[in-house]
Amino acid sequence: MMAPAQDTGRQATAAPAIELRGISKAFGPVQANKDISIRVMPGMIHGIIGENGAGKSTLMSILYGFYKADAGEILIHGREAKITDSQAAIRAGIGMVFQHFKLVQNFTVLENVILGAEEGALLRPSLAKARRELKRLAEEYELEVDPDALVEELSVGHQQRVEILKALYRQADILILDEPTGVLTPAEADHLFRILANLRMQGKTILLITHKLREIMEITDTVSVMRRGEMTATVTTAGTSPEELAELMVGRKVLLHVPKAPANPGRTVLEIRDLRLRDATGVERIKGIDLTIRAGEILGIAGVAGNGQSELLEVLGGFAAATGSVRMNGEEIDLTGRHSDGQTRRARGIAHVPEDRHHLGLILDFSAWENIAFGYHNAPEYQKNALLMDNAAIIADTEGKIERFDVRPPNAFLPAKSFSGGNQQKIVLAREIERNPDLLLVGQPTRGVDIGAIEFIHKRIVELRDAGKAVLLVSVELDEIMSLADRIAVMFDGRIMGERLPADTNERELGLLMAGVADSAETAA
Amino acid sequence: MDYATLLQILASTLRLATPLLLACLAGLYSERSGIFDIGLEGKMLMAAMASGAIAAMTGSAWIGLAAGIGASLLLAALHGVASITFRGNQLISGVALNFVASGATVLIAQALFQQGGRTPPLTGAARFEPLALPFVDTLKGVPLFGPFYAQVLSGHSILVYLALAAVPASWWLLYRTRFGLRLRAVGENPESVDTAGVSVIRLRYTAVALTGVLCGVAGAYMATALQAGFGREMTAGRGYIALAALIFAKWRPWSALWATLLFGFLQALALRPDVIEGTLHMKIPVSFLDALPYILTVIVLAGFVGRAIPPRAGGEPYVKER
Amino acid sequence: MTKLPTWADLVLVPLISLVLAAAISALVILGIGGDPVEAVKVMVDGALGSPYGWGYTLYYTTSFIFTGLGVTVAYHAGQFNIGGEGQAQLGGLGVALVCLALPWPHWTLALPAAMVGAALFGAAWAAVPAWLQAKRGSHIVITTIMFNYIAAALIVYLLVEVLRPAGQMDPATPRFPKGAALPGFHEIPGLSAIFTSKVPANVTFFVALLACVGVWLLLWRTRLGYEIRAFGKSNSAARYAGISPVKVILLSMLISGGLSGLMAINNVMGEAGRLLQNSAEGAGFIGIAVALMGRNHPLGVFLAAFLFGFLYQGGAEMGLWTSIPIELRLLVQGLVILFTGALDTMVRMMIAPFFRPRRKEAA
Repeated sequence: MMAPAQDTGRQATAAPAIELRGISKAFGPVQANKDISIRVMPGMIHGIIGENGAGKSTLMSILYGFYKADAGEILIHGREAKITDSQAAIRAGIGMVFQHFKLVQNFTVLENVILGAEEGALLRPSLAKARRELKRLAEEYELEVDPDALVEELSVGHQQRVEILKALYRQADILILDEPTGVLTPAEADHLFRILANLRMQGKTILLITHKLREIMEITDTVSVMRRGEMTATVTTAGTSPEELAELMVGRKVLLHVPKAPANPGRTVLEIRDLRLRDATGVERIKGIDLTIRAGEILGIAGVAGNGQSELLEVLGGFAAATGSVRMNGEEIDLTGRHSDGQTRRARGIAHVPEDRHHLGLILDFSAWENIAFGYHNAPEYQKNALLMDNAAIIADTEGKIERFDVRPPNAFLPAKSFSGGNQQKIVLAREIERNPDLLLVGQPTRGVDIGAIEFIHKRIVELRDAGKAVLLVSVELDEIMSLADRIAVMFDGRIMGERLPADTNERELGLLMAGVADSAETAA
Repeated sequence: MDYATLLQILASTLRLATPLLLACLAGLYSERSGIFDIGLEGKMLMAAMASGAIAAMTGSAWIGLAAGIGASLLLAALHGVASITFRGNQLISGVALNFVASGATVLIAQALFQQGGRTPPLTGAARFEPLALPFVDTLKGVPLFGPFYAQVLSGHSILVYLALAAVPASWWLLYRTRFGLRLRAVGENPESVDTAGVSVIRLRYTAVALTGVLCGVAGAYMATALQAGFGREMTAGRGYIALAALIFAKWRPWSALWATLLFGFLQALALRPDVIEGTLHMKIPVSFLDALPYILTVIVLAGFVGRAIPPRAGGEPYVKER
Repeated sequence: MTKLPTWADLVLVPLISLVLAAAISALVILGIGGDPVEAVKVMVDGALGSPYGWGYTLYYTTSFIFTGLGVTVAYHAGQFNIGGEGQAQLGGLGVALVCLALPWPHWTLALPAAMVGAALFGAAWAAVPAWLQAKRGSHIVITTIMFNYIAAALIVYLLVEVLRPAGQMDPATPRFPKGAALPGFHEIPGLSAIFTSKVPANVTFFVALLACVGVWLLLWRTRLGYEIRAFGKSNSAARYAGISPVKVILLSMLISGGLSGLMAINNVMGEAGRLLQNSAEGAGFIGIAVALMGRNHPLGVFLAAFLFGFLYQGGAEMGLWTSIPIELRLLVQGLVILFTGALDTMVRMMIAPFFRPRRKEAA
């Protein structure tokens, strides 16, 4: 840290702040990182972009000492660094802002900042020093946070600032941010980018990991693209385009155009009026939503994660209480949660492919056939008599579904956790679609799903629409919304910002709505 | 109830609260670090046996105390290995070690002394004798306080004062030192500690060891101060009462003192049914007083009197996420 | 870590845990100057060497089956019920009240009634912790421990102050009427040819076997069992599927408490013929070891209960005929719980090298 002046000067011109050479890491048979090399010059913001599961997080964990690479070396400011644990990474001047914050909720900001970087055995001097230091950092980088506030009382954006402050307090001059905007509102994200720009100005080096092209284009100087554990390209941001990056990320033309006939909407299936929801902490997550879905159409809900879409699905799926009015096939459904649950929703003809199949859609330890009965375990055809279930019938049904949905391996007795993401999703989809629901709720249908399965899943959703059913599709992938939906509603901060037809809009307009910028026509009205 | 009787009961409260307090503070360290420990009972029992046996053999209460701490540390180490290193179920480990202690104490005591699983009665230096606090005679004349000082505060073994001193010491350690900050952090969110470059495992082992030491003192107090020797199952559920007190105290040192004094007071009352009857003019079954600490704890757990929120990472083995 | 084949997970892991517990116990026996070989001989001889021994072994087995099944049902719902001891004691109270309520003419009438009493009281004692867990989130492990102590105090109070007949010294209920006595193995036609002297094993053993089948059907063949297992595996997914957490926690705990309570037919009605203090004698706690050792499956529970029945009867004989105290049983019990419940990862790691795929050897 206290390198001689002329030394620092030499490094600033010559040696990269970070250099990775031939980093490889395997988890069992899965090659998470394959022969990865990067050079990032000091004072640069370098983006690393790639799909979920491309190996970005693994690479950063290696850089922060959480994992040991199988091969390769790491150089910091031209010198080889043995990063064996987080302690070593911190000593090397690396600070990490994780996607999921590593803060102690019932500690103050100050306590969180000094944790692990205390001055001595007693806290008092450390706290005093940190207080001074935080004041300085706040002024220098627009990083204002009340040092005495409890972290659990801070907004997500402020909690992230605490994480950045933690790194800076440890005198990090290389900052890694892992998907930093995933949980931020657009305004918070803008503020974050201003902070990052300030940090760059002060000569800090920043690695920004994201899967959002817009962020890469907005803030980075150079960018590397990762795909399936490999580094496919490193380019200067100014010399590339989002289209080129997208192609590098996915490995082929991204536009997944689903062949589909024009929609033929029929009667109203679901009518939502003034839907509102407060979460356990009293924060209003849904702030008065009106939506209508007709038979034979796919309504796509676009939006940045965390703007109330998950809550909307939970309410409609019957496992979160809300206020307002929801009419299914003309009949009011109970929103208080006292007289209804997922079971009664299914009985009303609402099927639900949830956003998170690991925590909601599947019991990972259950076999495929037990998962096929999941949520429908009270269905009459699965019962032998008043007391006992008919397991043989469920297994037979499962084998049919496995065949029709091309689940691999075709083994009804395998536990759900042994299937790949795509095949797990097919199990959930088979269960929900083949019930022939009037309304299908689908959340992030292709998250963590391989390309081959994506097309299959999209086709099945369109087929259901063509059969005259209503579909509510929630996705954070704009491409998916654009190619699947017949009508698009954009959600922001618990509200519907606007509705568009795919033919009449473009990514730019939707992006603005997703960022909370309402169009003039609607604000005027 | 006259003042003299009250003083008797209060003195007895302090004596009976001491093992509860020590065990409660012991549990506090472990649980604050995120390791649930329902094995306080077993550790106390083991320590009581070891200290009783060694004190009987050497004639020194202090060597007995050291042996008690050693025996308790051994069980603490097992609990640590099971719940920290091998990430086993902490509750099951605690239950298991309580049974191991129940069995092992009698087996060993019987093998050593052939007295039906007891250790020989301790006399003289093999026991911690009552200490007279300074100025007892000077203050004797002061009305009310004089007798209170002489009979309630003075005249206990050194371990009682040690236990009382452990309260501010624990508070200071927990809230004023680097170790305390890290200990509290690791029980709330071990990732915060790990990413800060501090070893979760080492912190938790340290906490579990502190638990072992304090349980050791608690057990030694039972065998070498409160009573004169070890008898089978002599801790009689005190480990669980301490656990109840810990919840009652919401995992805080000063509250732990008040909770254990309250439970000690209930135990002292249970020994004097005549006093209750005389004071309240009605018969309260002794069994009810015995059960009262447990009933109070259930009420606290139910959240009817201020909610008890345990350390957030409690009971969860720490696994670095992929 | 290498994934073990199912059979190794189900059979080998508990067996090795048992061997480890036995080995440590043998070392302890050596350490206290005993002879492990001699001890095992006495145990096998005392527990299995005669119809008389079998009569006791199966008697203990019966009790442990009930408490083991109790822990099992709750465990599948993700609830660790340590309250089996208190629930069994309350079950004893239920049995006593039923048996003393009427001058029962024949045991075939008294048994079903007493079973209802036992199960209801056991379930009632589990109901409060279950309700507090389901509705208020109070940790069920702690509340069930507390309820064990409250149960003990309550029973002492009732026996001393309420149920004890005038003029009787020991705190116990009056003896049950003759018609409420369950036939022992020595009184059952067919079995009486083998069990010629009076043994405590009684018809409850067959009730316990039925309970094993019943619990298996419940967990793997009924909708409630499906919901219990689903909720136990994933609370969040269960909510998505429309499975009510309150219903699952309450019902699984009521069934669990009921099963533990049912144990009282064996000891209170079948053996003692009256309710005594501390009637469960730790069988509620042994249920934990039995369930863990039996991998929470009724067949496993039956085998583990038998093992512990052997250990208890053999241990008692050992206490009688050797210098090794009877408390060795507690030590073994603790070690079995430790290895099967808390150190199973260690045991798995110990045997994992033998199951590693061959091709890895080149690497």
